[in-house]
Amino acid sequence: MSFRNTPLAVIQDVDKETLLTPELRAEIDKHVAKYPPEWKQSAVMPALTLVQDHNGGWLSRELMDQVAAYLDMPETAVYEVATFYAMYDLEPVGRHKVCVCNSISCMLGGAEELMHHIEKKHNVAPGGTTADGKLTFKEFECLGACRHAPVVMVDKAYHECVTPDAIDKIIDDLD
Amino acid sequence: MAENQNTVCFRTMHLDARVRHTLESYRSVGGYRQWERILREKPDPDQLINEVKTSALRGRGGAGFPTGLKWSFMPRSKPDQKYIVCNSDEGEPGTCKDRDIMRYNPHQLIEGMAIAGYCIGATIGYNYIRGEFYEPIARFDEALEEAYAAGLLGKELLGSSIDFDLYTHLGAGAYICGEETALLESLEGKKGQPRFKPPFPAQAGLYGKPTTINNTESLASVPVILEKGGQWFLEQGRPNNGGPKLFSVTGHVARPDNFEIPLGTPFRDLLEMAGGVSGGRALKAVIPGGSSVPVVPGDVMLTTDMDYDSITKAGSMLGSGAVIVIAEGTCMVKVLANLAHFYAHESCGQCTPCREGTGWLARVLDRMLAGQGRTQDLDLLDNVAGRIGGRTICALGDAAAMPVQSFLKHYRFEFEYLVEHGRPLVEAA
Repeated sequence: MSFRNTPLAVIQDVDKETLLTPELRAEIDKHVAKYPPEWKQSAVMPALTLVQDHNGGWLSRELMDQVAAYLDMPETAVYEVATFYAMYDLEPVGRHKVCVCNSISCMLGGAEELMHHIEKKHNVAPGGTTADGKLTFKEFECLGACRHAPVVMVDKAYHECVTPDAIDKIIDDLD
Repeated sequence: MAENQNTVCFRTMHLDARVRHTLESYRSVGGYRQWERILREKPDPDQLINEVKTSALRGRGGAGFPTGLKWSFMPRSKPDQKYIVCNSDEGEPGTCKDRDIMRYNPHQLIEGMAIAGYCIGATIGYNYIRGEFYEPIARFDEALEEAYAAGLLGKELLGSSIDFDLYTHLGAGAYICGEETALLESLEGKKGQPRFKPPFPAQAGLYGKPTTINNTESLASVPVILEKGGQWFLEQGRPNNGGPKLFSVTGHVARPDNFEIPLGTPFRDLLEMAGGVSGGRALKAVIPGGSSVPVVPGDVMLTTDMDYDSITKAGSMLGSGAVIVIAEGTCMVKVLANLAHFYAHESCGQCTPCREGTGWLARVLDRMLAGQGRTQDLDLLDNVAGRIGGRTICALGDAAAMPVQSFLKHYRFEFEYLVEHGRPLVEAA
């Protein structure tokens, strides 16, 4: 077999009560409970998402290490996950994330025009953060809402059939 | 709405939009009757699997593999824990149907997963939902709570000896996790890199245990197949192409939307349902099954029917049922470059031909669009695509290669014009 079907379980010598926050641990535990007891690592993705949300939208190395210790995983295994998936940010980000879908249906629906508009108006390139720290602007691959193209995900909400005027209003309304 | 629309996965669609996703609404259309009947009567699972086989339901995620046959591969008599996993990692560009099933009719997916679990001997199910789907995730979780509270999920259900627990698993943004073995890796808390097969998931899947993975729409179709019979479902479509199917019609149409219509419906009719080509333009091309399948010229599509076998005859694949409509006046080189960038970004990096080749395709197309294309670039594109296809562990490599070869076949003159003149034949996209 070319894959390992055994957990990577590495028990780190650390008091788990000192890791993260009690609230985060309780939230992560809810996910851990979904999987077989020896497969705590199955909860690594939701755990990283929770920790990232709690940390203003990004994951520091120290936080990833704490997730590793909490889930009995090698630290590198957590880094592998955090670097692989597009929703994790490993550098500080703006207060809000504006993710414009530019896959085929959104492109045909005017996503490029929308992206250029944001770039110009806010002086920010895809992947960058505005000088005032308000927005991190990302070009995203298909968000799976193609019938409402172009689609923009702002933090946790989808906005559909977004025009340049509409995105201005959406961004203005953010704090 | 035509009479034969919204008969399966969208059967709650006509109800009040504020409550159509609730348990009560689902019950009002006959929901959970099949699951309750199974809990009461404990029918032979093979009998149920045969019903699904009769229906000719084919995997709705894109591969089109017969669902009943897939279920029959499970070693049900083995004492191991077995799993049913739903693939709601919808991300094939153009596809937006599973999202709406979870938003509008989540209970039918739950019932379908419970029935599938019974058929294959699995007492635990996971629904892997892509992380960006905050709203569908919340809807599905709400429905799970309702189903648990009503005693439809959990242990010793309705006083029987049958257990079924169902959980949501959250993704975090990776197209490749829609590949079933990458999805299993991801569920095990790892990078989503596809596994080499064999062993197939039915032998060694999640946590090394026998596992069946089905698409959201496939599983959500099951309760209706059992209610109305496999024969009824089959007759909604065509032989070997049973049932209605959801089509996400997007791109240059006046009213992009999801349509649940019988397989075998003429493309011309589907285009009309979506309001025709937008802006009164002529139809140039259609990508009929999600971004991974070959493009088909508009005039060919206008004489083709929407079912697996007809689309194959037209030189493409039905895939996920995502119909991307492209109007006259669109630069096909630009469209292909968009697709190439997608695959370059989403290649998991495991197999060299795909990891390197997808980047090459994107860069060569960028060079052409920047007016620096070379005459030999056309052959280079074809050559690189040919060296990816069939040489990788999973189908992402093929998915990146097929559009290239089909675009070059049908729209070669646009590529040639761009190389020769340094600007596209068609300026406005």
